[in-house]
Amino acid sequence: MKILVCISKSPDTTSKISFTDQNTKFDENGVQYIVNPYDEWYALVRALELKESLGGSVTIITVGLSVDDPVIRKALAIGADSAVRIDAEPKEAFYTAKQISEYAKEQSYDLVLLGKETINYNGSQVGGMLAQLLDMPFVSIASKLDLNDAILTVENEVPGGVEISEVSLPCVVSCAKGVAEQRIPNMRGIMAARTKPLTVVQPVDCEELTSIVSFELPDQKSACKMISPENTDELVQLLHSEAKVI
Amino acid sequence: MILVYINTLNGLGKSSYEAVTYAKKMNSSVLVLTNGSEDESSLNSLGDYGAEKVLVHRGVNSSDSKQICDLISTVVSENNIDTIVFSHDYLGKTVAPMLSAKLSAGMVPGAISLPDENGNINVNVFSGKAIAKISINSNKKIISLLPNSIPIEKNQTACSVEELSSSISEAKIKLVSKKELEGDIPLPEAELVVSAGRGLKGPENWGMVEDLANTIGAATACSRPVSDIGWRPHHEHVGQTGLAIRPNLYIAAGISGAIQHLAGVNGSKVIVVINTDPEAPFFKAADYGIVGDAFEVLPKLNESMKRFMAENN
Repeated sequence: MKILVCISKSPDTTSKISFTDQNTKFDENGVQYIVNPYDEWYALVRALELKESLGGSVTIITVGLSVDDPVIRKALAIGADSAVRIDAEPKEAFYTAKQISEYAKEQSYDLVLLGKETINYNGSQVGGMLAQLLDMPFVSIASKLDLNDAILTVENEVPGGVEISEVSLPCVVSCAKGVAEQRIPNMRGIMAARTKPLTVVQPVDCEELTSIVSFELPDQKSACKMISPENTDELVQLLHSEAKVI
Repeated sequence: MILVYINTLNGLGKSSYEAVTYAKKMNSSVLVLTNGSEDESSLNSLGDYGAEKVLVHRGVNSSDSKQICDLISTVVSENNIDTIVFSHDYLGKTVAPMLSAKLSAGMVPGAISLPDENGNINVNVFSGKAIAKISINSNKKIISLLPNSIPIEKNQTACSVEELSSSISEAKIKLVSKKELEGDIPLPEAELVVSAGRGLKGPENWGMVEDLANTIGAATACSRPVSDIGWRPHHEHVGQTGLAIRPNLYIAAGISGAIQHLAGVNGSKVIVVINTDPEAPFFKAADYGIVGDAFEVLPKLNESMKRFMAENN
């Protein structure tokens, strides 16, 4: 059982979001990077659980520069066996998916897992693109994932209900809440992570299908209008005549 | 020509009309593609929003993302399509990126605006804390539209429905079973949402949340701790790790407003917060606030809403 888990770095949830260079670049000043929670809590931990029950190996892969190595070591501390870093700036989703697919297609993985989205770009794109490039089936936004005799059983929350479907390996699955529970790395894991193999791979040439022209911050909300708990009629009137939402 | 892919997993809904409206507003003729079992007369109603033709393939399984991706790709090449519009829902998030890689067509995930004069489109990034303007560099373009981002507009157009019967690849993903949720308004599409958190003290107290929601025709939602301890089903959880929604009105009772919760609701047009703690961080993100006990305020607000509804309908 060879499992590949794609991880991305993302700013800590509490980071202040601001931009530099005429609002064209994310301001990294003072930002702490973490492993994207969907990749770590759900995809990586489920991969480790599957490995623990069925044997095999878990490799993590990311597209990033050497400054991202500490984030990779964090993921290794949780329990992955080895890591691969494609040495390039992850410019956009297709570029990233292409780099991962070029590496992965030579390695014959049985299962590729990743989070349903990153908390910085929220695009939910890399999984589907990667599946297409690897010619594997793609199941997205799984809330449960089980494996029996090379058949995966996946639960998804779809509009209006929950679907349970089956798919044979190899395949790509993007993971959401419910697939696994967050694991906190212990000291042994953190020590072991320092010496686990981290392979650096050169990127392939790839066109960028999209680019970010600029960023902006949403309009600041005006101050909250406080209403006395006795005056729910007033609130209803304001929602009707001022906010115009009812 | 623009192609709009519509899934009918949950029937033809608001997000379908939004996607057709969006395509029509790009000043192009609009072709719609769908699969599934929706009947001809309801498919025809897409003409009310600007669709000229609806193609429907009855043989394609809604659970198999590859079948859908292949079907769209065939229709794109047969109809001289330059732009494909999806709704950024479960199937949009699944199929649109596959199609992007298949056609080498740049994709804007979760569009919240029409293309501007330079063709750039806004999306939410950093979990709603910022907006990015994205340009697509390829000739073919894919846009998946975030639900509740643009108002639906009628645009009466003569519309025909055509059945497709092209051969399809074998489904790799097999649907084993489906549990339907009953009677609820789907949360991602809801315009009004009433939500509650741990401040309600127990699942037995949700009646007052549901009463208010019923009065105004809202969907119900909850915070993460509430779904984690099982007071409410997971599909109601809004926040960083749950659903991100953008209703017109979000009423939150007994939720403090941690940053992870805000990430799921900061796209709401108007936020009303009811909390006993005047220091609750949620008030900073709210438009209207009531410092008070949800157990008293919710029933009272329900009565006020009932009176308002009676006078205005």
